[in-house]
Amino acid sequence: MSSTLLEVRGIVKRFPGVLALNGVNFDLKEGEVHTLLGENGAGKTTLMNIIFGLYKADEGEILFRGKRVHIKSPYHALQLGIGMVQQHFTLVPSFTVTENVSLGTKDPPNKVAARVKEISEEFGLEVDPYAKIWQLSVGERQRVEIIKLLYAGAKVVILDEPTAVLTPQETEALFKAVRKMTAQGTGVIFISHKLNEVMEISDRVTVLRKGTVVGTLKRGEFDKNKLAQMMVGREVVMEIEREKAKPGDLVIKVDDVYAKSDKGHLALNGISFEIRAGEILGIAGVAGNGQRELAEVITGLRKVENGRVEFMGRDITNSSVIERILAGIAYIPQDRKGVALSPNLSVAENLFLRRKEKKIWFNKSVIYEHARRYIDEYKIKTPSPATAVKYLSGGNMQKVVIAREFSLEPRLIIAVHPTRGLDVASMEFVYRSLIKARDEGVAVLLLAGELYEIFNLSDRVGVIYEGKIVGYTTPDPSPENVEKIGLMMAGVAV
Amino acid sequence: MNIEGLIGASIRYGTPLLFATVGEIITERAGVLNLGLEGLMLMGAFTGFVTAYSTGSLWLAFFLAMVVGALFALIHAFMSITLKVNQVVSGLALTMLGSGLSGILGRAYVGRPAVMFQPVAIPGLADIPVVGPAFFKQDPLVYVGYVLTFFLAWFIFKTKAGLTLRAVGEEPAAADARGINVFWVRYLATLVGGALTAAGGAYLSLAATSMWMENMTAGRGWIAIALVIFAAWDPIKAMLGSYLFGFIMSLQFRLQATGEVHVSANLLLMLPYLVTLISMILFSLSENFRKRIGAPSALGVPYSREEKT
Repeated sequence: MSSTLLEVRGIVKRFPGVLALNGVNFDLKEGEVHTLLGENGAGKTTLMNIIFGLYKADEGEILFRGKRVHIKSPYHALQLGIGMVQQHFTLVPSFTVTENVSLGTKDPPNKVAARVKEISEEFGLEVDPYAKIWQLSVGERQRVEIIKLLYAGAKVVILDEPTAVLTPQETEALFKAVRKMTAQGTGVIFISHKLNEVMEISDRVTVLRKGTVVGTLKRGEFDKNKLAQMMVGREVVMEIEREKAKPGDLVIKVDDVYAKSDKGHLALNGISFEIRAGEILGIAGVAGNGQRELAEVITGLRKVENGRVEFMGRDITNSSVIERILAGIAYIPQDRKGVALSPNLSVAENLFLRRKEKKIWFNKSVIYEHARRYIDEYKIKTPSPATAVKYLSGGNMQKVVIAREFSLEPRLIIAVHPTRGLDVASMEFVYRSLIKARDEGVAVLLLAGELYEIFNLSDRVGVIYEGKIVGYTTPDPSPENVEKIGLMMAGVAV
Repeated sequence: MNIEGLIGASIRYGTPLLFATVGEIITERAGVLNLGLEGLMLMGAFTGFVTAYSTGSLWLAFFLAMVVGALFALIHAFMSITLKVNQVVSGLALTMLGSGLSGILGRAYVGRPAVMFQPVAIPGLADIPVVGPAFFKQDPLVYVGYVLTFFLAWFIFKTKAGLTLRAVGEEPAAADARGINVFWVRYLATLVGGALTAAGGAYLSLAATSMWMENMTAGRGWIAIALVIFAAWDPIKAMLGSYLFGFIMSLQFRLQATGEVHVSANLLLMLPYLVTLISMILFSLSENFRKRIGAPSALGVPYSREEKT
C-alpha cells in the first residue's frame, strides 16, 4: 500500500450566491492517477484551485504527506511539491523554454537548459530548450508546463483538462509521460469529462456533481455507463439515435477559398467543399487550423482573398453580413459571451437581436412576449426574461443562441465547437437541435475538435489541416477510423 | 554651423527625452502604462530648480528631483496597481496634477537665475576629432545618460532581474506562479520610472537652462511616450530616438535663429510632434513588426489572481 501524498477533508467554498463545493473529501496516493470527473460547473477546477493556492477554502483542511498545510499561493504550493497545469497556460510567449523554466529560480541558464533536456528525455516530453514559446504548438507548450513542474520537483501534478487542446497522437504521448511520472512515485490528478480517456488512464475516479462527491471508484469498479450516470445523475443517451441523412439540393459551395488570419498569414489555403440540404458535414481538426476563419468567411465577417462562396446557387463571396443573415445563414460561434451574445443585455434583448423586422422601435412587451415564447419552447432556465445573459449557465446561454438563430429559419447553420464547456444534458440538447434542423432540410457545417461530437452528429466527416480539407471519411468511431482521422489532423497524409 | 556643434546640441536637447523614455521603458516593461510623464518631468524640473536656487548644490537638486518623481509615481502605482483603476485616466490625472502644482508653487521663482551644470571635457576622449567635442565635452548629466542607457539595456536583457521584470509585464500569472511578487515588481518599476522621468525634467532646469518657467517641458513628456514605442521598449534604440528628436529640436531653433529660412516658428515647433505622429502611423501599418519587437503583452492590464481563473 503506497502512502498518501495529499488529502483534503470537508472542503467548502462559497461564491456569491453559489455553493461551489459542499464538504468535499479527496485524496491522492503516491504513483497513482486519480481522475476528477464531473460536468462543467461541478466544482472540479475550483477544488484544484484551492489545492494550488489560487482560492482560499471557506471550510475544511488540506493535508500534505499527513501534515496540515495552509496553502497561500501557487508558489507556496509548488514549494511544497504541488504543481498544476492550468487550462490557460502561464508561459511568457516571448521567452525561451529555458527562460520560462528558470523564472523565479536562481539557477544559471546553462544548468537549467541541461536539466530541461534531461527531464524531456526522461519523460518523453520532447521540446527544444532554446525555442521561444510563441514558436511552439499548443501540445509543446503543455509539455513545457509539465517540465516546469518536474523541474521544481513537484510530487503532485494536477492536469486540468489537458487533452482538450491535443490531437489523439499528442494525447497518447501525454499519457505515456504521465505513466512514467507515476512509475517514479509522482501522483497525478487528472481532470476531464472525456470518458474514453478517463477509462484509459485512471487508477481511481472521483465523480463530482454540483460541488458534492458522488463517489470514488477503483479501476475495475467503473465502466463508461456507470461513470456517465454518476456524472449527470440520470440516464443520458450518449449516442443520439438518428436516421440516415437524405441530402437534397446543394446549399453551400465553397470553392478554392483563401483567407488571412488576424495575424496576416494565410489561414485558409484553397479550401473547397459542398453541403447539401439535410446533411451535416463535420469538420474535424486541431484548433487553429483555419476553423474560425472558415466560419467567418461564410458568415461574411472575414474577407476572402481568393476563391468563391456560393449559397443557394448565388455568389455571396462579397455579400455583407446582413445580406447573408437574411438569405438564411445562421451562426453558432465558438465565443458565446463575446460574438454570440451581449453578456450585459437581458435574455429578452439577446433573443431579439438579429430579428428580421424592419420596424424602428418596439414596445417592451413585444420583446418580452417574444422572449417568453422561446424561453418556454427551448426550456431556457432563467429567473426572468429581464435577467442579463451573463448570469446564465453555459448551457442556457447556448440555448439562447440556438433559439435565436433557429428563429431565423435558416437554410444553413454554421456551428463552431457548439458544446464546448457544456455539461452532458446541455450537450444532448445541442445535438438534438442540430439533428432536428437537419431532418427539416437545413444544411449544417459543424466545426469541432472533439471526435465524439463529430461522430455523434456528422453524415460526412472532413478533416481540416492548415486551412485545407486533407481528406474525407465516414463518421465511424472504430479505432481504425479514429487513427486515420488523427493522422490527418496531425498533417500526415493518408 | 559645424557638425560637432550640431551633434552636441542634439545630444543636449535629447538628454531630457532620454531620461524620461528609459524611465517609461522600465515602467512599461513591468506592464504599467504611465501617461503622467509630462507632469512628472515638470515636478522634476521644479524641484531641481528650487533646490539648486536655495542650496546651490546641483547634485542634491538632481537627487531630490528624482525622489519627488518617485513619490509622484507612487500615486500612479497605488491607483493602477493596488486600486486597479484605469491607467490611462490615472496617468492623465498625474500630468494635470504635476503641471498645476509646479505652476502654482513655482510662480515665485519665475525669472530668477540659479546655478547650472557646466560642460566637463573627458580627458583623452574629448581630443578625438569631431567625436570628442560632440560627445565628450558635455555636462555631467549627459554622461549619466550614456551610462544609464547601457546599464539598463544590460539589465533588461541580460540579467535575471531583467527577466523577472519582463515576465511580469508579459505574463504576470506565470511570474506569480513562480513566486515572483508581481505587485512589488510593478511598484518598484513604476517608482524607478518616475524617478528617471523627473530626472529628465530636472535636466531642463539644471543643465539646459538655469531657470524655472511654467510648463517648461513643453510637451517633452508626450514625445517620450511616443519614443518608447518608437524604440520598441529597448534603451539603446531609445537613445538613438531621443538624440534624433534632439536633433530636430535643435535644428528648429537654429533655423529660426539664422533667419535664413522663412518658415513660421509655429510650424517648426510642430516638427517633433509631426515626426511622432508619422512614426506612430508607420508603426501601426506593420503589424508583424509590432509583434516581433514584443510589446509587453500585459501592458496596462492590472493583475489580479482571482479574476484570471
